Amino acid sequence: MTNIVMGYKDDPSFRNLSEERQKELIESRFKSEMKRRGLDKPFPIRSVYHLKNAITLDLGRAMYMTSDGGSALVKNIILERLPVTVILFTTATVINFFLHLFLGLRLSRKYGSFWDKLVIALSPTSVIPGWFYGIFLIMIFYSWLHILPPGGLVDYPPPSGTIPYFLSILKHMVLPLASWIIASLFLGIYQQRTFFLIYSTEDYVEVAKAKGLTPRQIEYRYLLKPALPPVITGFALSVISSWTGAIVTETVFNWPGLGHVVSQAISYFDAPVIVGVTVIYAYLLAITVLVLDIIYAIIDPRMRIQG
Amino acid sequence: MKNQEIISEYSFRGILKEVLSYKSGVAALVILIFFGVMILYTVIRFPYGETIGLWNSSTAFLKNPRNAPPVWWSIFTGKKDPRNIELKFNVDKSNITDEGNIFKTELKKDFLYDYDDFPTELNIFFNARYRKDPPLVKIYLVRPDGDKILLKEHTLRSEEDVLYLSNDFSLENRLDSQVRAKIPSGIDFSVTVTRGLFLKYSGKLDVLKGNYSLILDVELNDANDELTADAVVYGKVYGIAGTDHLRRPIHIALLWGAPLDLSFGLGASLSITLLHLIIATISGWYGGWVDSLIQRFTEIYMVLPFLPIMIMISLFYKLNLWSLLAVVVLLSMFGFGIKTTRALVLQVKTLPYIEAAQVYGASNWRIIFLYIIPKILPPVIPSLVASVPVYVFLEAILALFGVLDPTQPTWGMVIEEAFNNGALYKGYFYWVLIPSSLLILTAISFSLLGFILDRIVNPKLKEL
Repeated sequence: MTNIVMGYKDDPSFRNLSEERQKELIESRFKSEMKRRGLDKPFPIRSVYHLKNAITLDLGRAMYMTSDGGSALVKNIILERLPVTVILFTTATVINFFLHLFLGLRLSRKYGSFWDKLVIALSPTSVIPGWFYGIFLIMIFYSWLHILPPGGLVDYPPPSGTIPYFLSILKHMVLPLASWIIASLFLGIYQQRTFFLIYSTEDYVEVAKAKGLTPRQIEYRYLLKPALPPVITGFALSVISSWTGAIVTETVFNWPGLGHVVSQAISYFDAPVIVGVTVIYAYLLAITVLVLDIIYAIIDPRMRIQG
Repeated sequence: MKNQEIISEYSFRGILKEVLSYKSGVAALVILIFFGVMILYTVIRFPYGETIGLWNSSTAFLKNPRNAPPVWWSIFTGKKDPRNIELKFNVDKSNITDEGNIFKTELKKDFLYDYDDFPTELNIFFNARYRKDPPLVKIYLVRPDGDKILLKEHTLRSEEDVLYLSNDFSLENRLDSQVRAKIPSGIDFSVTVTRGLFLKYSGKLDVLKGNYSLILDVELNDANDELTADAVVYGKVYGIAGTDHLRRPIHIALLWGAPLDLSFGLGASLSITLLHLIIATISGWYGGWVDSLIQRFTEIYMVLPFLPIMIMISLFYKLNLWSLLAVVVLLSMFGFGIKTTRALVLQVKTLPYIEAAQVYGASNWRIIFLYIIPKILPPVIPSLVASVPVYVFLEAILALFGVLDPTQPTWGMVIEEAFNNGALYKGYFYWVLIPSSLLILTAISFSLLGFILDRIVNPKLKEL
C-alpha cells in the first residue's frame, strides 16, 4: 500500500486532480496490485496456487536480492549457490561416514580397550552441534593463532589460475570440515561400534571364527555385509540432517552456499527467496529418501522380494 | 495389578541410586543442581518484568564500561586491570560560603589508583535543582606527584547533564602539550585524555600509581540550589561476565537465559515426546485407516525441512519464545519417534494383560492411557532427556539468525549480539566463551543423564 501511495505521489500528472478523485485512483491501483499478486483470493485457493508454483519450481522473482550473475530470479540465485553447499557438506558427510564406519568396526573388535573407553567417555560431546565447534575453531585458528581464514570461499582477491584457486578453496574448507568431523566423531564411532558388537555375538560370526578366518575377513564379510542396510539408512539420515545443519554452519563460516542465501534473505526480508529455499530443501530431502529406497532394493535382497 | 508392578521397577529412588553409581551421573546431577540453584536465585533476585525493562532501556547502564571483560579475566592477562571507580559528590548546605550573589563550595574526593592500565573513559553525571541560573563547576584532578590539572570549567546545560571528559578535544590538546613539555626526550604514543591524566612522565606508556583526588569547585547562584555529581573513572573489567557494546552487564542476560533456555528445551522435548507417544499408541492400537493415515502423515512430516520452515515462520510472524515453542511442537508432532514407538506398541498390544483388560470391558482410551502408555514410557525417557540439548541449541540457532524476539535475553541472543558486533574478530572472547560454556554444560549434563538412563532401561547396553 505504501509503495503504491508513494509511487502515486511522485507522479506529477495526477497533481491537478481533486482530493476525492485521487483517493479513488489510489484505491483502484491498490486493488489491481492485490489482484496481480493474487492476494484477493481466499487463503486455501492461494495455497493451492502457490503449491502448484512450488512443485513446478516456478519460484518467482526476488524482491531485493540478485544472483552474482545479476539475475533476480529466485531459481538462478539458488542454483548458483547450491554447488558450493554440496562441495562442503557432501564432503563432510562422506568423510564422517567412512571414519565412523571403519573406526567403529575396529573398536568393536578391540572392545574394552583404552581407546574404546575413551570413545564412550567422549561420546556425550557430540550433542554439541558442528557450528558451535566452528565458533571455537575460528577463535583458536583465526583470532588467536592467525593461521587459517575465519570464513568465506576463496582468498580476496581470488588467486588466478585453477590450481591456486582450488588450493585456496581447500584452505577455507579446513575449519568447517574440521568442525563437522569433531562434532560427530565420538558418538558416530560409538554408535557404529555398539551396532557391530550386537552383530558380532551372532552364531555365524562364531562359526567363522572357529573356521579360522582372519579378523579382517570376519569384519568385512560377516559383520559389515549384514549390517549394511541400517548403516546406509544412517548415512542417508546424516545427509538429510547435513542439509539443514549446513544453514547454520554456513552462516558461522560465511560460506556462500544455500544457507548463506537464507541468512541474507532474512536480513533483507526477501520473502520469495526464503520460500524458494525452503521448497528446494524439501525437494532435496524427498530426493534423498527416494534414492535411499532404490539403494535399499539393490543391497538388500529381502526388500526386492517384498516389492 | 501387574501393570503397576512393572512401573514400580522404575521408582524414582531406584533410578536416582543407579544414576549416582556412575561418576558421570554424579557430574550430570551436580551440573543440573547448579542450574537449578542459578534459576531460583535469578527468579528471586531479578524479577522478570523489571529486569527485562532494565535490559532494554538505553540509559540504565551508562555508568558501566563498554565491552569490558569480566573481572577474573585479568588472571589470564597477568595484569591488574582497572576497575570502575565511582565517586559521588553532594553539595553540603552547611559548607557553603556566601560571596555576595554567589555561593561557593569545594567538594573533594580521594581515590587510590594502582592499576596497570589506563582507565577507558572519564565522565561526570550531574544532577541539579536550581532556581534561576545553572551552577558553574570547575573540575580539577590532583595527581599523586602534586600536579593540579584543571579539567574543565563547566556551566550546567540542564538539570541533568553529563560531561564526557574523555571526549573533550580542547582538554586533550592541553594535556598533549603539557605532557610533551614534561618529557623532553619526546614520546612515541598519542596522548588521550585518560592517558594524559594518569601518565607517569617517564617517556614510556606507564601509569602513575597512587592517591588521586578529584576536586569540584561549585558556584551556585542561589542558596537553596542543590547539586549532586557522579564522577566515573571507567575501568577495563566489569562484573562476573563483563559488559557488551551497550554497556549492559552480560551476567543479567546469562542468568535469565538459564530459565528461558531450559524451559524452552525441556518444554519442547517433553511435549514432543509425549505427543509422539500418544499418537504412536493411537496409531498402533486402532490400526486400520487410522494407522495408515498417521503413518502417511509421519512420512510427509519427515520430508519437510524443519529448520528452514522454522526460520520462515518465526521471521514472518515475529513470535516470542513461547509461541515459537508451540510452533516447534506442531512442526515435530509427527516425527521419526512415532515409527519406533509404534513398533513397541505393536509388541505390547499382544501381551495377555491387555487382552484381560479388553475382556473386562475397558474402553479404548483407558487401555491407551492407563495400560499401554505407562508400559512403553520408560524406554522413551532416555531419549526425552537426551533431546533437551537439541532444542536448547535450536533456540541458539534461531537467535543466531536474528529471528527471535530481541527483547528476551537468552544465551543464544548473547552469542548473536557478540557475533554481530565482531566479538570473534576484535578479541572479545569472553562475550562468546561464557554463554557458550553454559550451553555446553547444559548439553553435556543432559546427554550424560540420557546415556545413563538408557543403560538403566536397556540393561543389554550394560554388557556392551
